[in-house]
Parts: sequence; C-alpha cells; structure tokens
Amino acid sequence: MGEVIFWVIWALVAVSAMVVAFSKNLVYSVFSLLATFIGVAGIYIFLNADFLAVTQIVIYVGGILVLLVFGIMLTNRIVVAKITQSSLQRTTGLVVVGAIFLVLVLTLLNQTWPLATSAAEFDSTVNNIGELLFGDYLILFEVASVLLLGALIGAATLARKEL
Amino acid sequence: MHALSSYLILSALLFSLGLYTVITRKNAVAILMGIELILNAANVNFIAFSKFVTHHVEGHLMAVFIIMLAAAEAAVALAIILNLYNDHGNINVDEANALKR
Repeated sequence: MGEVIFWVIWALVAVSAMVVAFSKNLVYSVFSLLATFIGVAGIYIFLNADFLAVTQIVIYVGGILVLLVFGIMLTNRIVVAKITQSSLQRTTGLVVVGAIFLVLVLTLLNQTWPLATSAAEFDSTVNNIGELLFGDYLILFEVASVLLLGALIGAATLARKEL
Repeated sequence: MHALSSYLILSALLFSLGLYTVITRKNAVAILMGIELILNAANVNFIAFSKFVTHHVEGHLMAVFIIMLAAAEAAVALAIILNLYNDHGNINVDEANALKR
C-alpha cells in the first residue's frame, strides 16, 4: 500500500513538474506547481521529514505560490483566464537539458553510496532540528532572521511606485 | 523500502525540468517558478541523503535554510518584476535589455 502511494506521489511530482515546464498557459503552470509542492511534501513524509513536510506546505504553498499568483495577476491585463507564455529555443533547451538529465541519472545509478548501516528511522525530527537550530546553528539562524528582515524591507521599498 | 536512487532520479528530473524552464521561458514569473523547482530538487536530495547516508538531521536544517532563502528570494523577485512591468509594460526578460530608460 505504502509502495503504491509512493509511486503515485512520485508520478504526481514528475507529471506536474512537466506541466510547469511545458504548458503554454501560465495559469496552468502555476497551478500545477501547487501539485508539485504538495507532492514534494508527500515525498518528505516518506523520508521521515515531518517538520520539513509541514514547512513545505506552509511556506511554499501558503506563501511563495500566493506570491507567484500575485505576480501573474499584477503583471497581466486580465480579460480571460488564459495567459499565454512563449518560450525561446525550445529544441536546443530540450537537447541540452535532456543531456544533463541523462548524465545525472547515469552517474547516480552507477555510484555506490555509503549507505547508513542501521535502518532505524527518525521518530520525530522536530526536537533534533530545534536543538540544532539553537545550538550549533545559532549564528546561521540569527543571520537568516536578519536576511529575512532585509528582504522584507527591500521588497517593500522596491515595490513602491516612487523610488 | 524505497531505494535511495528513486529519490535521486526524481530530484534529477525536477532539476532538469526547472533548468529547462529557466533557460527557455520569457516570462519572469515562469523563470521564478523554474528556480523554485530547482530549489525543491536540492531539498529532496538533502533530505534523501540525510535519511539514507548520514542518518542525521543536519540535512533537514539545510533544507530549512533553503526554504527560507526561497521565501526571501520570491519576495524580492516579485518586487523587481513589478518594477519591470511598470517600466516596460510586460515582463519578458528578453526585452528587458536596458539599465535605464
């Protein structure tokens, strides 16, 4: 059962990411990005990353995706829901990216990874992540908070009409 | 259960599709979507390796910081895109080739 669900989520992520990349309609792209983000959250759950799965849904789906939708709606004259987008150099891009994908897959399939010996799984990652954030990674955490504040002020300043 | 390679192949696929989106799209918001796909691919890799190889939650921390950077980047990028739209009337990056008008 779990196996089936895993491959369903795997296919959901793959197909919706393809729609993001290939769809001619920008609105279809952004809504299939929603499916990609939720599918990746499901993948995180299969990897025992409970905190990350919730963070993914809250920040990506609740925050970044809404920002992207705002970006689309504010930068197009909306008369119909069909907002087309065009692409440059489709064939060349496909060839280059296909070659990169092939190299990546061949490399990672021929590589023997030093797998952890014990197959024990994390109970809950929240405690560990919290201890690390306020222990070893405290400075990074504080820098991140300042960076977020700077990004917020910078975005608000840039988006004003008169600079 | 699932092998590490199934996650890594998914991540490679996400990265490739994101890269394709970034290099072929004209619309700046679509390019931003491609960047989000690439960041998600990196996150899947970090967490897969932290489960299968290092067996430690430090990979999760990297993913937390990547998500945070993605949020900051999306906010700033949206502000820049809005300015581009006010100046040019569209957000096609191939037409935005002047620093000042």
